[in-house]
Amino acid sequence: MSDMDMNRRNFLKTSVGAAAVALAPGMMLYSVAQAKSEGASSKVRWGMLIDTNQCKPGCNDCVTACNRENGLSGETKATDSQWIRKIEIKDISTGREISLPMMCQHCEHPPCVDVCPTNASMKRADGIVLVDKHRCIGCRYCMMACPYKARSFVHENVHDQNPDVPRGKGTVESCTLCVHRIDQGQQPACVEACSNKVILFGDLNDPNSAIAQKVQNVATTQLRADLKLNTGVRYQGL
Amino acid sequence: MKLLVSLLLTLCVSLAWAGETASPKLDIGKGGQCVEDTQWMRKNHMHLLKHGRDDALRRGIRDEKHSLKTCIECHASTKDNSVIARDDSFCVGCHKYEAVKLDCFECHSGTRKSAWLQQRGIK
Repeated sequence: MSDMDMNRRNFLKTSVGAAAVALAPGMMLYSVAQAKSEGASSKVRWGMLIDTNQCKPGCNDCVTACNRENGLSGETKATDSQWIRKIEIKDISTGREISLPMMCQHCEHPPCVDVCPTNASMKRADGIVLVDKHRCIGCRYCMMACPYKARSFVHENVHDQNPDVPRGKGTVESCTLCVHRIDQGQQPACVEACSNKVILFGDLNDPNSAIAQKVQNVATTQLRADLKLNTGVRYQGL
Repeated sequence: MKLLVSLLLTLCVSLAWAGETASPKLDIGKGGQCVEDTQWMRKNHMHLLKHGRDDALRRGIRDEKHSLKTCIECHASTKDNSVIARDDSFCVGCHKYEAVKLDCFECHSGTRKSAWLQQRGIK
C-alpha cells in the first residue's frame, strides 16, 4: 500500500473520531452500546444428542439444573410442571437397562404447533419450539398432540420467576432449550450441569460443529421416528 | 351572558381542582436519563413493550435497550429491588392512579435479575 493511501486512511479515521467526540454530550453519530440482536436465523438448527450409554441411572443433575434455571418447583405431582424428566427403561428379553432424559424434542414438524388455535405454540426460525404465552389461552390441545408428553400446564399462580424466564398461571409451557441462554451464546442449563457429558448441544446445520460431526459418524435415533417429525433431540445407544 | 359566566366559572374551578390533585409520587429507583424522553415514555412505553415482546419471543430479536428487563434494571426500587412490590413502586404507582390493569407481572418477574440471583444464592 502506498504512503498516500495510508495517510488518507489515517486522515479519515481521525476525522470520524473527532466527529463522534465533537457532538453534544450524550449524543453520538451512531450508538455503540445498544445491543439489538439479529434474531433467530433459519441457517441454524439447534439440536441435542443424548448418549444413553453414559447416562447414569438415578442421576438427576439435568432435572435439578432445569428446575433451578427455569424456576420450577421440582415437585412431580400431576399439577406440577416438568420440563425434563429422567426415564429408566428395561429390555425384558435381555435385561438391559437404560436411563435417559426426556424433554421437548424440538421437532421440525411439531404437532403442538399444528393444533394450536391461537398460534401461541410456535417454532422459531432456528428450530426451537416455544409457547408464546402472550397468546396462549390454556386450551391444552398441544399437550394432547405431543407424542412425548413434553408439555405442562401451569395450574397455580407463580411467584419469584427468573427474570429471563416468564411463567404464569393458565398457560402451557415446556422445555425452551434455555432460549434465553442460547441467545446469550451460552449452553442450556441441563447440558452444562451434566457431569457425565451425556448431552451434546449444538447447531445441526453447521458441518463443523461437534454435534453435526457426531451425528454423521455414529448411529443415532429419533424417538418415534415413524411419526416423521424430524426431532432436534437425538439419542445414541437406544 | 349568565350561561357564559357560569361556563367560565366551572372551567376555572375544574382547572384549579386539576392543579391541586396530587400526581402519584413514585419510587423511581436509580432513575437518571431514560432510554427515551420521559414524557414520550409516559405516553408510549406500552407500545415499545408490546411490539418488543413479539420480536423478542417469536423472532429472537432482543432489543435490550427497550426490554422490560432493562426497564426493571433501572427503575426497580433501591429498597426492595422491585417495580411492583409497593403502592408507590415504579409501575404500580402510575397504573393505580390511572386505573389501568397491569398484566405483565402475572408472568414476568418484577425483580432485578441481580437481586433474584442473590435470593437464590446463585453467584
